[in-house]
Amino acid sequence: MDILIFYVCAVAIIAGAFGVVLSHNPVHSALFLLMTLVSVAVLFLQLDAALVAAIQVVVYASAIVVLFVFVITLLGVDKHETFEEPSLFQRPVAIVLGVLMFLQIVLLAGHHWVTGAHSTRGKLAGVRTGNVTTLAKSLFTDFVWAFEITAVLLVIAVVGGVALARRSGQRAGSHPGQGSES
Amino acid sequence: MIAVANVTPTYYLVLGAALFTIGGVGLLVRRNTLVMFMCIELMLNAANLTFVTYAKALNDVSGQVIVFFTLVVAAAEVAVGLAIIVAIFRRRQDVTADDVNALEG
Amino acid sequence: MTAQHLLDVAWILPVIPAFGAVVLLLAGSRIGEPKAGWFATAMIALAFVGSVIVFFALHSLPASQRSNVSDGFTWIQAGALRVDFRVLTDPLSSTMILFVTGVGSLIHLYAIGYMHGDPRFGRFFAYLNLFTASMLVLVLGSSFLMTFMGWEGVGLCSYLLISFWFERNSAAVAGKKAFVTNRVGDFGFMLAMFLIFSKVGTLDYGAAAAAAPHLSQSTVTAIALLLFVGAMGKSAQVPLHIWLPDAMEGPTPVSALIHAATMVTAGVFLVVRAHVFFDVSAHASTVVAWIGAITALFAATVAVVQNDIKKVLAYSTISQLGYMFLAVGVGAYGAAIFHMVTHAFFKALLFLGAGSVIHGMGDEQDMRRMGRLRKLMPVTAGTFIVGWLAIAGVIPFAGFWSKDEILAKAWFHHDYALWAVGVLGAVLTAFYMTRQVWLVFFGQERWNTATDVETADHDDAHAGAHGDAHPPHESPWIMTLPLVVLAGLAFAGGVIDLPFDNSKLNLLDRWLAPVLRGAPEIHATSFGAGLALSTGALVVAVVGIVVGRAVYRNGLDARGNDPTVEALGPFAKVLANAYYLDVGLARFVSGPITSAARFLSEGVDRDTIDGAVNGIGRTFQRAGGGLRKVQTGLVRNYALAIVLGAVLVLVFVTTRATL
Repeated sequence: MDILIFYVCAVAIIAGAFGVVLSHNPVHSALFLLMTLVSVAVLFLQLDAALVAAIQVVVYASAIVVLFVFVITLLGVDKHETFEEPSLFQRPVAIVLGVLMFLQIVLLAGHHWVTGAHSTRGKLAGVRTGNVTTLAKSLFTDFVWAFEITAVLLVIAVVGGVALARRSGQRAGSHPGQGSES
Repeated sequence: MIAVANVTPTYYLVLGAALFTIGGVGLLVRRNTLVMFMCIELMLNAANLTFVTYAKALNDVSGQVIVFFTLVVAAAEVAVGLAIIVAIFRRRQDVTADDVNALEG
Repeated sequence: MTAQHLLDVAWILPVIPAFGAVVLLLAGSRIGEPKAGWFATAMIALAFVGSVIVFFALHSLPASQRSNVSDGFTWIQAGALRVDFRVLTDPLSSTMILFVTGVGSLIHLYAIGYMHGDPRFGRFFAYLNLFTASMLVLVLGSSFLMTFMGWEGVGLCSYLLISFWFERNSAAVAGKKAFVTNRVGDFGFMLAMFLIFSKVGTLDYGAAAAAAPHLSQSTVTAIALLLFVGAMGKSAQVPLHIWLPDAMEGPTPVSALIHAATMVTAGVFLVVRAHVFFDVSAHASTVVAWIGAITALFAATVAVVQNDIKKVLAYSTISQLGYMFLAVGVGAYGAAIFHMVTHAFFKALLFLGAGSVIHGMGDEQDMRRMGRLRKLMPVTAGTFIVGWLAIAGVIPFAGFWSKDEILAKAWFHHDYALWAVGVLGAVLTAFYMTRQVWLVFFGQERWNTATDVETADHDDAHAGAHGDAHPPHESPWIMTLPLVVLAGLAFAGGVIDLPFDNSKLNLLDRWLAPVLRGAPEIHATSFGAGLALSTGALVVAVVGIVVGRAVYRNGLDARGNDPTVEALGPFAKVLANAYYLDVGLARFVSGPITSAARFLSEGVDRDTIDGAVNGIGRTFQRAGGGLRKVQTGLVRNYALAIVLGAVLVLVFVTTRATL
């Protein structure tokens, strides 16, 4: 059963990835991205990471994809971006490098370099029980410093977003001396 | 035809590698900035998948904590990045990455 | 004022004529003729008085202390090289300055009359004074470098004075030729100085002489020969003699002063000054002696067929300088200096006399158009005859003693071949000088007959019928007075070094002995042998005179041709062109040397060296231009580069881990 789920999700992921990369229409790409993200969430569930899966769906699959769609509609993106490549070597080299990278990662993955270090942070609970408590405990004790930093980061992101949006929305004349160069 | 009965971590790792590669190649090949951003998201997801796999394999919840943080940072990054794209390309019709080539030497 | 004090002020001697030169250069045309000439002469006369004082001051010191170095200022101080502007007064330099300033003042006096009417009168005397100043620096210098400074100065003045009448193209060319040929010699001098400095560490004469015996044979020989190359250039030895005959383009006082009496002797002076090197080296002296001998013979043969009155004297000068180097080569430095002094007297006399003839003939210089001038220019003729007898070597005139001493020293040094060459040269000298005297002063007058002589080698418009306007006349007293004085010196000058060793009559030899320490002493084997040689020399001179008179008793032969030229046939043309040495050298320089120079300047310097240097620049430019293409400006290309880097890092990690 696990195998079946895995394969179905794998196919969905790969298909979605290819769809993102190969779609002509950015909206289609966004939707393919959505498919990929949801499938990854399912795999998270299979890996006993329920909270992460939930957060994935809530943050990634909905908020971020919605943001993308909003921007696409806001900018009125061309439906047809020209598909000739001005830089001639870009595509072949990119594909070659991609294949190389894939092989290398697989090589690294397949060599059983998992050392089997014992957990120090908290053992996972059993299958399908959910690890919210463990995760929460670890997060607020061992990783509290990173947690706070991340909070600050979010604040910065909010401020930055507002600042960028405000500056780009301003016309010349409301703030003398500040040119609307953006 | 399902040949193997058990799903070992290797399967997930290979899947993650494939997802990462596709995202990477897509980033290099596409010129539409929004699609490039989406490819970045693919790559991030591949990394997350790998982290969670190792969390399970090593029986350590730290992997999931890292994924937690990654998600948060990714969200912030998308917000700011899209704001920048909007700021740059607001006046233009197309949003290709090739147009920011003022540093050509 | 003790002698020491006087000698310490000796540095003022070159300053006096230098001052005169500066004044005349700045205000010469304003002072005007003839005051400028008198002023210049007064300067030189003052220097002569100073020289006499120096002489007596030195004489008053005991023989072993007759050498004084008066300190001037430090001229160059650069690392290990220290050159001081110091004046060395010793017997050799005092002898030189005596006759340089003495003969020089007489020639200055003469020139006041000769240059009468010249538009650049003042400038001429400025150059003459400048020359004298440089010559004094040359002679009085206490180091090789100071001598070299004077050396270059006289070379410059020689150029300025030879091409004084530069409106004539031949004069300008001759001046250039003199300077360039001198330069070739100077190159040798400079190399010698470099070598001396690198081996000895200083250029001072005293220190160099002290160090010379301790150097290796090859070094000493190299130094000696290089110095001799410099001397060859200045003293017109074969093959660097080519400039002297052409230098006759200059005014005759210039020829007398520079190219007879003083500048050309600078080479001999240098060799005598640096005699230590020639004494220590085994073979350098032989080279010097043989080149001197060959030059003496070579120039004498060429002088036999020359038609220009000054060219004969020019080749004669070259020949006599050869004798001086012959003497130096056998180690008879005193004899060389003696001959230098007597040669200054009689050669200056001959040149000034020739100038008087030219002046009286209205600028005619071809001897074939002269004749019977002794009736019209008695003083000139009389003094010229004195000079003739002196150079031919007839007793008791000065030239007899000095030339005889050279030949005797050669014989007693066992260099019989050199002696034979010298004797042959003496015969020819007597012969061609007799020829000159007879063609000019005796025989029939040829100046107002329209003889169709071949065009003289003077390319000016000397219409042969000039004599119709006014017959040749004697020159004014201002020109004949120096002639008379010089004639007296040429007659009696031999007295300064009579060859009687046991008596105290060899004054010059004994005077110069402190300077010539270390030179080989050559004595007559017996009084009888010396007497026999002297008699032989006298006989040789008389033979030459007799033959010459016999051939030229009536001047040119019936058809207006020179009997000697007729006798020699085609060989005469070879002699007239100085064995085509000049032409050959010119062709050599303009041909292979110019191509070699062009190869070096274009092929090597411009294409290879500059090309390499510029090529490096161009390479970097092209590399930069090529590398610039990496900056495409496209972000995706940069992203590609990042991925490429990541892949390489992964390769590194995997290979390192698996190994």
